Amino acid sequence: MNKIITTPLTEETIKELHTGDMVRITGIIYSARDAAHKKLVELIDKGEELPFDLNGNVIYYLGPTPAREGQVIGSAGPTTSSRMDKYTPVLLSLGLKGMIGKGRRSPEVIETIKKEKAVYFAAVGGAGALLSKRIKQSKVIAFDELGTEAVREMYVEDFPAIVAIDIYGNDIYQRD
Amino acid sequence: MREIKVTAITDAIKEMAMEINFSLSEDMKAALKTAWQQERSDLGKQILEILDENMEIAGNEKIPICQDTGMAVVFLEIGQEVLFTGGNLEEAVNEGVRRGYTEGYLRKSVVSDPLVRENTKDNTPAVIHYQIVPGENVKITLAPKGFGSENMSRVYMLKPADGEEGVIEAVVDAVRLAGPNACPPVVVGVGIGGTFEKCALLSKKALTREVGSHNEKEHIRKLEDEIFRRLNALEIGPAGLGGSVTCLGVNIETYPTHIAGLPVAVNICCHVNRHISRVI
Repeated sequence: MNKIITTPLTEETIKELHTGDMVRITGIIYSARDAAHKKLVELIDKGEELPFDLNGNVIYYLGPTPAREGQVIGSAGPTTSSRMDKYTPVLLSLGLKGMIGKGRRSPEVIETIKKEKAVYFAAVGGAGALLSKRIKQSKVIAFDELGTEAVREMYVEDFPAIVAIDIYGNDIYQRD
Repeated sequence: MREIKVTAITDAIKEMAMEINFSLSEDMKAALKTAWQQERSDLGKQILEILDENMEIAGNEKIPICQDTGMAVVFLEIGQEVLFTGGNLEEAVNEGVRRGYTEGYLRKSVVSDPLVRENTKDNTPAVIHYQIVPGENVKITLAPKGFGSENMSRVYMLKPADGEEGVIEAVVDAVRLAGPNACPPVVVGVGIGGTFEKCALLSKKALTREVGSHNEKEHIRKLEDEIFRRLNALEIGPAGLGGSVTCLGVNIETYPTHIAGLPVAVNICCHVNRHISRVI
């Protein structure tokens, strides 16, 4: 019932994903939320190199709680995606292929997802303790000064999500 | 006159901040259990099961239920016979937040200036609401508030002619617009009356009332039931993916208001509605 997918995402994988599909994601993903998005887009505007390659990659809208000793990461559920809408189209145009968050996206983001052939996944909001168990490795790779909002490179195994917006323009939050 | 050392306030807030981020109060646990029984959508039921499992892991392993461990909202009901000693009360509250959020490995989610946006790195300051009441006790209520749902909250300055139906429509409008973003199923705190800021405060306070409890006034109690019914008819469902359970509870608080106005505040809280009280 769950579709097993691995990152980075390929066009073949993305083509097979349809809104409403339950997926399990394995591979490297990157955390970035409000402040990190602002910084990423500033770097793009200045023509500077980004801390990670966007091509085929997936961003998780996440600001975790601190890890206790022996833990990989603290509580690690999704934050509201719409706050990143302003920054998303440019990231998609540069090769970003997947986003994990929760909640609605703007019409512009939905259009860009279709155009750039990307995918938006929803994870269960408020399930941060459970989701933290699927994150097997995590290290801060940029913007350490942002604390919880730093960019992390994370290895996830069987990370549960649901396809919310697919390349065909279907949106799980539009049911009318 | 009763002397209370402010360090007692610090200690209480520190402990409460940790406790409530790892384990919800009994009323919320009961509300989520009822939600599971009432949910008719398979996907909705699955989401509620995930939330239940999440709660289990959080409590057992002391991992916060949600990574958004909130901005600390503190209600202090201070008996007028109390004399605080040993320091500044506001600093004592913030010290409690600082220690609780640091020692509990909770997230530091506060920025010092809303535009410059530098993280204060210890989750201070708290938002503190003081109330002077008769007696010689201090009641502390801590409600760490997540911003996914806070961002979807609204104030409506209705006209008296809008009446009860206007209030119902305002609350339904706010929850409909919040949709999946507020992490449904939600608890809705509603403040009716007072002034612009008073109704907002009432709506926040309403969220700290036990879910499942009712307002003492009969007509408000009926209004709570009616809004609850209307919100669940929206079928937003768990995680906003459709279903019969959109709302876990509607708590309304009221206050007298001006002849020209009908202020209504709708403070939405996700299913991680954290509230904890202690009397010193």
